[in-house]
Amino acid sequence: MNKNRKWFATATAFVLLLSVLLSACQPQTVEVPKEVIVTQIVPGEVQEVIVTQVVEVVPTPINYGNITWLSTQLRPVQEAEKVRGVILDDFPGKVEFIPEDEGPFHDRITAEVRTGQGTIDILGALHGNFSIMAPEGQLQDLTYMKDRLADRNIPDSFWNVAKLGTDKIYYVPWMQATYVMAINKKALDYLPAGVNVEALTYDDLLNWAKAIFEATGDRKLGFPAGEAGLLHRWFQGFLVPSFSGGVVTTFGTPEAAEGWQWMKDVWQYVNPQSTTFNFMQEQLLSEEVWIAWDHVARLKDALEASPDLFLVVPVPAGPKGRAFMPVIAGLAIPVTTTNQAGAEALIEYLTQPKVQITTLREVGFFPVVEVEFPGFVSPGIRMEGEAVGKQAGSPDALPALLPQGLGAKGGDFNKVFRDTFTRIVLNNQDINTVLAEQKVILQSIMDEAKAPCWAPDPDSDGQPCQVK
Amino acid sequence: MSRNPLLIQHLLRFLTYIAAILVALWVLMPIYLIAVAAFSEMLAVYKFPRPFVPVNFTLDTLLFFLKSGGVMKSVQSSVVVALLTLLFSTLIGAPAGYAIARFVFRGRDAFRLVVVSTRAFPIVILSIPLAVMFIRWGMYDSIYSLALMHTALALPFTILITSSVFASVPRDLEEAAQTLGCSPLEAFIRISLPLALPGLAAATLFTFVLSWNEVFAAVILTVRNRTLPALVLTVLSESQLPYRFAGGFFMMVPSLIFMLFIRRYLFNLWGRVTK
Amino acid sequence: MPPIRRRQNWLPYLLLLPSIIFLFIFFAYPMVESFLLAFRGNDGGFTLENFNIMVKDVAFTPAFRTTLILLVLIIPIQFVLALTMALLVQAKLKFSGLFLYIYSIPLGISELAAGIVWFAIFTERGYLNTILMGLGILEKPFIFLGYENTSWILFAIVIAEVWRATSIIMVILVAGLQAIPHEFLEAADIFGANLWQKVWRVILPLLKPSLQVALILRTILAFQVFAVAIAIAGRGVTLLAAEAYRWYNSYRNPHVAAAYAVLILVLSITSTVLYLWGLRTPEEQSL
Repeated sequence: MNKNRKWFATATAFVLLLSVLLSACQPQTVEVPKEVIVTQIVPGEVQEVIVTQVVEVVPTPINYGNITWLSTQLRPVQEAEKVRGVILDDFPGKVEFIPEDEGPFHDRITAEVRTGQGTIDILGALHGNFSIMAPEGQLQDLTYMKDRLADRNIPDSFWNVAKLGTDKIYYVPWMQATYVMAINKKALDYLPAGVNVEALTYDDLLNWAKAIFEATGDRKLGFPAGEAGLLHRWFQGFLVPSFSGGVVTTFGTPEAAEGWQWMKDVWQYVNPQSTTFNFMQEQLLSEEVWIAWDHVARLKDALEASPDLFLVVPVPAGPKGRAFMPVIAGLAIPVTTTNQAGAEALIEYLTQPKVQITTLREVGFFPVVEVEFPGFVSPGIRMEGEAVGKQAGSPDALPALLPQGLGAKGGDFNKVFRDTFTRIVLNNQDINTVLAEQKVILQSIMDEAKAPCWAPDPDSDGQPCQVK
Repeated sequence: MSRNPLLIQHLLRFLTYIAAILVALWVLMPIYLIAVAAFSEMLAVYKFPRPFVPVNFTLDTLLFFLKSGGVMKSVQSSVVVALLTLLFSTLIGAPAGYAIARFVFRGRDAFRLVVVSTRAFPIVILSIPLAVMFIRWGMYDSIYSLALMHTALALPFTILITSSVFASVPRDLEEAAQTLGCSPLEAFIRISLPLALPGLAAATLFTFVLSWNEVFAAVILTVRNRTLPALVLTVLSESQLPYRFAGGFFMMVPSLIFMLFIRRYLFNLWGRVTK
Repeated sequence: MPPIRRRQNWLPYLLLLPSIIFLFIFFAYPMVESFLLAFRGNDGGFTLENFNIMVKDVAFTPAFRTTLILLVLIIPIQFVLALTMALLVQAKLKFSGLFLYIYSIPLGISELAAGIVWFAIFTERGYLNTILMGLGILEKPFIFLGYENTSWILFAIVIAEVWRATSIIMVILVAGLQAIPHEFLEAADIFGANLWQKVWRVILPLLKPSLQVALILRTILAFQVFAVAIAIAGRGVTLLAAEAYRWYNSYRNPHVAAAYAVLILVLSITSTVLYLWGLRTPEEQSL
């Protein structure tokens, strides 16, 4: 008898459990207004009238399926995990986020486009990467996305840059960043009197580094001059424009020579192991370096780890202004995509204000859309954000845009600046000789690429930019 | 007087031991340092003076690494690719090595030169044509086709190493066995093969490790079915320093395990087993 | 007795055939296409301009010089060390299996890991400075890897590469040593040869094939490997293979990159020919 009871109890429990589960699993219904034809009987007539009724409907969930996303951005292990685990959380589809080195990134898309068979659905990369790919016919025309994303209020200047010197938009602006300076507070003890650390000039910086060297015997200024370091951007977007007012047109002017002289002078106070530095956050954390210039994403880890130890300030100002270069990362769709709808949906998702804020919070890249700044970013990111704002908003701010229209010559363009640095600063060659020789190379690059000038150089009306 | 040779012998023996141990320490020291850093807490990596023991021993960094996207699956892919590569390259390469060693024929040197030149060209530059080729043949993004590519990469080494070992086995032994009635094949199997076993073991060891650590072809030829180096090595160099140590350490482990198994075969026990 | 080779003239070719086919399929087309890139300009026509650019480049002469210096330093050191290790392993010590295992461990280390750890040793805030300061030899960390200290940088690269790549050679030599029938060595002992004589007169000559192969392989790899050098030196020094990589990946100019690759190929083949000729075994001499 006991056995029977037990069996009965178990069965009941089972049935109850099952029914609970089943009911929970029933698709939830939604009330949706729908237009329905209703037959009305009016005295003397039978009429069919269209009436709006509220009807219960089971919504079919949209699922964009598998999307393969290849990206040169957010490569470091931690960042990639944040993308997969947090940023993509609410997206209705299965996104495979694949970080890739720049070289293989280009090689792969080139190979896929060449054979017409793709596996990559959407691309995430920098303006510089896209400017190489568009002339090769690897990217789709995304001009229609501008209208679709009209409510995001992405600045027109970004959309224009995304045209890569043509009349079609090739990528959708996704995130932005720039370069700032991060300072270990210990260095403040040596700051020369009267200098405002939030509004440094190049001379201030030189004197400061010199003061530290004379007091401690150590060279505590650092630049990312290593293999993967972004030193060429320092020259293109900061040093040369700040001294000469331009990038290409003024490359060989005496003012530019002054800038290179400054670099040579300051290098005596720069940590000589800089040629191995790629991400200044490491040197800041190990205290090999007290004053560093680098991309915000490459300073972030130090600032997050010890926000009280550091200070973030705008870059210095030269005779012609406080030049800085904004970096724009974008999303593009390769011509060989296998999931067009999914790619577009992912672009729309990643540019949502909510997701842009999440992106900022998780990986430190700033939004391109209009957002209300949340109160809950980490102190490190807040410091960066404030410095970025001050830098862009300072009275002598001089935006130096990303190189445009260089196509395949983008790499050669960077090499010119890198080589100029190597020859003048590391190999101690005569500044004017080097500039004269590099000028010629630079001009041939501009001519071959047929690239017109970009800010802060004066507009060249579509003609290849001329080095004076 | 008669004690001196014995003393000298013992002294030499002792010195030999010391030498062996010193060399072993030199080899182990950097590995130890990687392990220390991999098992320390994250910020310890930036400390100076550098610590020589793990600071706050923790598995966190390694665990983060292991749990990050696709690592376990890529380990599986790497193992399959490496084992396939090993199999193919030995099957195809060892006979060629034997041919080079044993036979003198026209084109022998030319063949060796050609084999070597395939590896003398930096593979990075082959990326696009290779990818195009693989896509066109429908071999893209497959670990089996990657194994074939790795075989091609390992073949020159396998051929050359096995040829050198077969060349070291004096041909007289084979010929002697034949005069004693063995067929050439029997002579090969009973005499040359055992003596050459360490060479084959060396070649397989080499091939496994080469395939395991190979990154260029793996990166360009796979998208979703990545091997561990393809997944990890390219992005690791930009990840934070603690992850670089953790990743480097983790990459090492399977090679070490494989070598543990193979090393027995590197020893021939000098042909005559004293059992 | 008729020599084997006459009866089975086709056998070697048969044994070689699978390898030839394999290598042809996987290397012929890509290599030819990449090789030709060096001789093509942007417009597709034949040109030597890429080589011109390569040779006139700021980094060419330093890269060429540094590559050769490293080769000349690393290879002899590695061979002596590898031979020593191989002999130590063969010395019938207790635990020789363990020693063999330990000595082979670097074989399984990726270039990235090797680069990371040796950088961590030589960097300003690194292990070497920790030891030197701990011993009181230094008051402040010495910057070994600063671009001004080319000698120290080369020293660090040599040590790192020797550490990383000697096992490859050692394993080949051990396999070669194993194939020497030990009667030869017993005979040497009976004739009263000491260690030095044994090595010089018996082992080395019999090891010639292995030495030749190890040298060829190691030299070819040495012309191409640069990951450890970049990890340690960054942009402080440069190598031919590093320049090839940079031109391809960073500057995105596959033509000049291919020019560097062709140069590397030519240098590798030249040294291979030299080794094949210089380390001939008697069998080959009769050709």
